[in-house]
Amino acid sequence: MKILTKWLRAYLPALSVSDAQLAEDLTLRGIAVEGTFDLGPRNGTLFEMDITTNRVDAMNHYGVAREAAAIYGLSLPSLEFALPTAEKGKTPYPVRIEAEDACGRFTARVLRNVTIAESRDWFPGAEIATYFALIEQKKISNAVDATNFAWLAMGQPTHVFDLDKLEGGIVVRRARKGEKLKTLDGVERVLDSEDLIVADHAKPVGLAGVMGGWDTMITAGTKNVLIEAAWFEPMAVRKTARRYGLHTDASHRFERGADFHGGPVASNLVAKILLASGGHIEGDLVDVRVSAFECRTAQREPISLALSEVHRLLGQTIDPAGITASTVEKVLSALGCQLAAASPESWRVTLPSWRLDLEREIDLIEEVARVYGYNGFANTLPAFGEGVRTLPWAASESTVRTTLLSAGFHEAIGSTFCSAAEAALTAPQPGLVVPLGNPLSEEAGVLRPSLVPSMLSMISGNLHRDVADVRLFELGTVFSGTTDKVEERPAVAFGAAGSLPEQSPLHPARTIDLHDIKGAVEQILGRFQSRSVYFDRFEPDAGLMPLWLHPYRSARVVVDGSTVGWFGQLHPREAAARKLKESVLIGELYLDRIYQHPLRKTVARDISRFQPVRRDFSLVLDKSVSWEKIDQALAALEIPELVDWRVREVFREARLGANDYALLLGTTFQAPDRTLREEDLQSFQARVVAAVGEAGARLRT
Amino acid sequence: MTDEIINLTAFDGAALDRAFATLEHQARTAAASLSTEADVEAFRLQWLGRKQGRLNDVSSRWLKSAPPEAKKALGLRFNALKVVVEGLLDSATGAGPTDAALAAEAIDITLPGTRRLTGAEHPITKTLNELSGIFAALGYSIGVGPEVETDFYNFESMNFPPGHPARDTQDTLVVANQERRPLRDRLLLRTHTSPVQMRTMESQPPPVRIVIPGKVHRNDAQDATHSPIFHQVEGLCVDKNITFSDLKGTLDHAMKALFGSSVKTRFFPSFFPFTEPSADVQISCIFCGGKGCRKCKHSGWIELLGCGMVDPAVFAFAAEKQPGYDPKKISGFAFGMGVERIAMMKYGISEIGSLYAGDMRFLGQFA
Repeated sequence: MKILTKWLRAYLPALSVSDAQLAEDLTLRGIAVEGTFDLGPRNGTLFEMDITTNRVDAMNHYGVAREAAAIYGLSLPSLEFALPTAEKGKTPYPVRIEAEDACGRFTARVLRNVTIAESRDWFPGAEIATYFALIEQKKISNAVDATNFAWLAMGQPTHVFDLDKLEGGIVVRRARKGEKLKTLDGVERVLDSEDLIVADHAKPVGLAGVMGGWDTMITAGTKNVLIEAAWFEPMAVRKTARRYGLHTDASHRFERGADFHGGPVASNLVAKILLASGGHIEGDLVDVRVSAFECRTAQREPISLALSEVHRLLGQTIDPAGITASTVEKVLSALGCQLAAASPESWRVTLPSWRLDLEREIDLIEEVARVYGYNGFANTLPAFGEGVRTLPWAASESTVRTTLLSAGFHEAIGSTFCSAAEAALTAPQPGLVVPLGNPLSEEAGVLRPSLVPSMLSMISGNLHRDVADVRLFELGTVFSGTTDKVEERPAVAFGAAGSLPEQSPLHPARTIDLHDIKGAVEQILGRFQSRSVYFDRFEPDAGLMPLWLHPYRSARVVVDGSTVGWFGQLHPREAAARKLKESVLIGELYLDRIYQHPLRKTVARDISRFQPVRRDFSLVLDKSVSWEKIDQALAALEIPELVDWRVREVFREARLGANDYALLLGTTFQAPDRTLREEDLQSFQARVVAAVGEAGARLRT
Repeated sequence: MTDEIINLTAFDGAALDRAFATLEHQARTAAASLSTEADVEAFRLQWLGRKQGRLNDVSSRWLKSAPPEAKKALGLRFNALKVVVEGLLDSATGAGPTDAALAAEAIDITLPGTRRLTGAEHPITKTLNELSGIFAALGYSIGVGPEVETDFYNFESMNFPPGHPARDTQDTLVVANQERRPLRDRLLLRTHTSPVQMRTMESQPPPVRIVIPGKVHRNDAQDATHSPIFHQVEGLCVDKNITFSDLKGTLDHAMKALFGSSVKTRFFPSFFPFTEPSADVQISCIFCGGKGCRKCKHSGWIELLGCGMVDPAVFAFAAEKQPGYDPKKISGFAFGMGVERIAMMKYGISEIGSLYAGDMRFLGQFA
């Protein structure tokens, strides 16, 4: 919205501050001046305003002038214009409000023998030509310009009808289904039975509070006019405006609440401007009111305000004098409130008709703070409350994050949404996918049931941009359920391609592989307490493997018998669909399940002072024998002195049969309390050999 | 080895001195070129060896030919030389390889070091943690809540009137098939983290001091500074005697903690359905210190957060479950800020979209 300081100064001749100061002072009181444009000598400044939706009353020159008057303690003259005496009409023009739930007031004034002409500066307070030129408002005709002028001056919408095109009189009513109205924008509209319209006795002549009708508009040949200035209920106007996709100056104001008493003032202004080119008034102003609306707007009950509440909520000011009873009285009176003292420091406050946003004591306290100036308040701190509590899973989440960060994965944040197809591919619980009613796009049609789609899209993005080394993870929320009930769970996804996170000029880069990912998963799980962690997979025809994973290069992660996630190589079919030539590793863990396990607490063991003894065993195994079997066989030995065992190497050799592979097993024996003797070691070794033999391994000879 | 043993003909003091000086010089020269352990052993054998040792050889030969009166002086000199040679041997053993040997092992230390790359925390996480930390120091706990919310928590209980434009599907992403449900039960993607204010108040009586970090969504088109996905940190402080000046002081402190102690704040009136009085907060431009630059559109100020005193209507909703929220007895303030905007300012990020693209090159900068 645009405001001319030249126009403001016409209302406030005593205003002595510069335009720049005025802009700053208004802004700091919530009447925000976003931009200022110097219009040249004697033309003042154009303010580009950004006024919050609750302050429609200030979205016009008189409203801004009122704020300025309050800030500087100036008096603001009334906008009432005296009109010439009316010639007697036969009968008052017939006006009836049928829709009493949607129209609070309708005023109609009849002017006869007017001349439709070009606008100019008519009289002080109606400098149409000057102001319109400065504000870049197109001039159309004196009748249309008069309504625009009244709008810019005081924010009250008015409408001028060609009286001779009206039949019978005015009725404000709901449209009848199927009734037609061609609006001023030239569009023929078929009306809805909910639409609030202004009609004559034969036909609709305007969408009430939104836009007038084409057939009754002012033309060059218009002789007699009817000026409408009304008050319409916000919701009724909003519904109609929304239904037709119309947003007009009038609908903007009515939707946010107009001044119940604004109509007659604006009507007089429009009439006075029109009469400046000739013509006369016929009859008195027809003024039909609905008392229910008048009670809710202009005749509201006064509200109580206590200075103690002002102090309790606003606190300390920088000025030690603070906010006094006289501050309160000055500020609120300037804004149009009437204060009656109920006791020395409390009042009954009558609210101005143009400030429908004021309803409660707190609203008045806000006005006091606002006009006093927010920056006049001190910076204080509240007394300390209670101890800070941390979220139960904060430490667990931080553990997962730091483990992945230290494994060289960058943290990413992906889209909350995915396509229905991606959801079908990745949802852990098929079918429990939640669609959006108004998605941003088809690709973002549902709430993601898994973090895999966004991870895949981020990995692909990198690879397609020739970033070959990718290591990403995302900690986020996944959604499941129905459109009646949506469940949210925390999850972590990770993905990788290219080389290990090591940069060396001297060592060759190694491609990151499935066991690197597995290592990261093991490290995460190792931070939580559990009885057992294992990894397995199912035969592809069991239908239990996620569709996005390579069926033979992927694993389920199981902690204490419960599935906590999956990882592996991206299914080549999915890789091909995304035009990925590289092998991509990807996985997801269900953190809600992992967070059920407490973080592992370290209990330090004493380190044995006695010499450890290392023994390696070179084994040959059939390829159907997995390491897990050897591992379990050694665990089952329960030799306390067998303190560590691990695979040192796995390899295939031509010398071995096609079905065999070699495995170098490293073991460490150590006792806490003595040096192991050769007999002990002989015995342990024999048991190890027997156990791995039982599991299907034979010693290499 | 190649040094011949001098034949000693005169045994006066000066002659002996000369002869022993020559021997010592030979020993020192030999010791200086010792590099390997084998060299050192050879030196030991050559000079001190019991059978072929040069000292033995020389002493036996010279003593044999020396007149009796010179034997004592000769013996003393041999002992002194032996000490010197033993010393040379000791230092050769302790000194390790020679410089020449070490030079042969030279490495190009200008080659880059081997780096085990660690991952980078996301700038949004960094910023969220920083903000949470600042408010934790002021006594604020973390509050969280669901990303899919009901209309009640997202709008109604936050005092948005029915028909408020924010409730429009043009602004808010909604779950499908909600039309038949009562308005307050309809599911949507929360547009701010404010619902957690209500959820927290419903679950505990005053006092409350929480900060609410979280992901929120709006039906916005993506551009350089807008994204349908973004993050907020909101705060809520409710207690007896919480005032507007406390709100000012709290946010002034927080902004100084976040951007440096020279940052100034200023407050001006704004409008939010859930606070009254409401304020927008500007900080003095962190790029130009308030002098005016392109980043602050030459105003010297940057608008950063919204805040206000909790509206009594919001307390009334909370009081339905927790009667302690009586606006006549308690008061409170709330504030909210966009995390992306702060992160973008702090880290010089120009495109909001880069925060969600997962580009390794972008993210790697934060390691």
